[in-house]
Amino acid sequence: MSAHSTVRPGRRSPGAAVGTVARVLRWIAAVLGLPVALLALWWVLSADSETFYLPPLAEILAAFDDVWLRSDRLRADVLPSLLRLSAGFGLAVVLGVGLGVLIGSFRRVRAFCEPVLEFLRAVPPPVLVPVLMLFAGFGNTMKVLVVLSGCVWPILLNTVEGVRAVDEVLTDTCRCYGIRGPARLWHLVVRSASPQIVTGLRQALSVGIILMVISEMFAANNGLGFSIIQFQRTFAVTNMWTGILLLGLLGFLLAVLLRLFERRALHWYSGLRQFQRNDGHR
Amino acid sequence: MTPAATVPPPAATAPVPAGRSGGTGPRGGNALLGLLGFATFLAVLEVVPRSGLVSANYLPPTSRIAGALAELLGEGRFWTAVADTLRGWFLGLAIAVALGVVVGFVLGTVPVLREFTASTIEFLRPIPSVALIPLAVLLFGSELGSVLLLVVYAAFWQVLVQVLYGVRDVDPVARDTAYTFGLSRWTRIRHLLWPTALPYLLTGIRLAAAVALILAITAELIIGAPGLGNEINRAQSGGAVDSMYALIIVTGLLGVAVNGLARRLERAVLSWHPSVRGEETP
Repeated sequence: MSAHSTVRPGRRSPGAAVGTVARVLRWIAAVLGLPVALLALWWVLSADSETFYLPPLAEILAAFDDVWLRSDRLRADVLPSLLRLSAGFGLAVVLGVGLGVLIGSFRRVRAFCEPVLEFLRAVPPPVLVPVLMLFAGFGNTMKVLVVLSGCVWPILLNTVEGVRAVDEVLTDTCRCYGIRGPARLWHLVVRSASPQIVTGLRQALSVGIILMVISEMFAANNGLGFSIIQFQRTFAVTNMWTGILLLGLLGFLLAVLLRLFERRALHWYSGLRQFQRNDGHR
Repeated sequence: MTPAATVPPPAATAPVPAGRSGGTGPRGGNALLGLLGFATFLAVLEVVPRSGLVSANYLPPTSRIAGALAELLGEGRFWTAVADTLRGWFLGLAIAVALGVVVGFVLGTVPVLREFTASTIEFLRPIPSVALIPLAVLLFGSELGSVLLLVVYAAFWQVLVQVLYGVRDVDPVARDTAYTFGLSRWTRIRHLLWPTALPYLLTGIRLAAAVALILAITAELIIGAPGLGNEINRAQSGGAVDSMYALIIVTGLLGVAVNGLARRLERAVLSWHPSVRGEETP
């Protein structure tokens, strides 16, 4: 990185305003075109579907309203699922970042723990459901623990990596200025590791949703996973499809939420990366 | 799962300052500490149930699990289950990789297609694959087809997204050079795009391999397709806690093996790439 390249290349060229409207229209077409086309295709192809497993989309959408919005299910099934997911995920964040900072900060601790962590991480999280059922029964505790047990590893290991790679110049600067204790942890260690931590969060979220659903499919009397499997077992295929749609929508929305959080929390990082990249091409 | 997911391999090594990653101590000391850590882990698991802190009915001591594991290794039924799991994993992964590469290159090389599919991909990707479980059950029952549906869906996105990243990462100078020399489309794909995208593809394969294993075992666990997951379920419902733990350990070992294999593949195929050759950052 040279000190001379502080000029960022301008992204907008002058005189581009003419095509702005056309460009916006094109963008809208690009974003909405294919999804709309696919949905239309699904709608048309399934319109007079006689196949038991593939009911017409029109029917599914009509049922969606009845099954999820007009009934008590949003409160009785979706809310408990989301609460379990957020409890497990939240605990995993606290535990993963806390332990990760601890393990990542001390080389010997890291060497001591690494093989065990590598092994525990490699255990596919769903197989822990039967184990946790032994310990915690079938209640909410079990489900929160299942989510926690799956989410904690990606967060923990990514935090360790991030803490390990803290810039040495920054570390020395902190030492020179006598920044230590909680201030050092928060402003130097956690901040430097935050890109990796967010990567861990993203992986943990997708694992967490999977585990939330699975733990409810195993043993539950409410929840999104429970409802979907119940529909399938009673051959309520249309209702089952609404459940699949809702679950997909939920996964998408949670991913968007995390992306928004990432954009806020890592604003400085994307700027830094872009700067470095431009720098590299000069 | 794996650290640094979605971060392409060259960038993933970038934040680590050169010369730091090895640590200051000798490598042998670290390995010894790691061994000690693992031994401690096993010892704790032996002592905790024996001291009565946790009932041995829930958490059998290590020695009993080891005994059960030894017993399992002598059973043909166990090896059939391992083979079933590995077959589902491998077939699913192979299909997902093939699909991901083809679709990724087609979308990546045709800008219009890429632009118009981006939103659809972003929407479909976070949909949790377990949402498809009821559909898989209805379509395929508890057969290999169910496993493949879940595995392929989960693993495909990992590969596709990495390939799309990779194809976009072509060095502008190299691209312009290729145009100047009038290379044909096929030659450009073979000698410009493929080597550029290869590191990303291998990262995608590594991530997909881990996800595929998780989903294969999940499918067996929940749907009851033959394999290790199904065996765990049987052991649990039959009250054979020892062999349940032994089977879980086997799945963990499989996970470790899959990770190791993927890393080795990466190193073998990318022996020419800077991220493997040394610490040189792009």
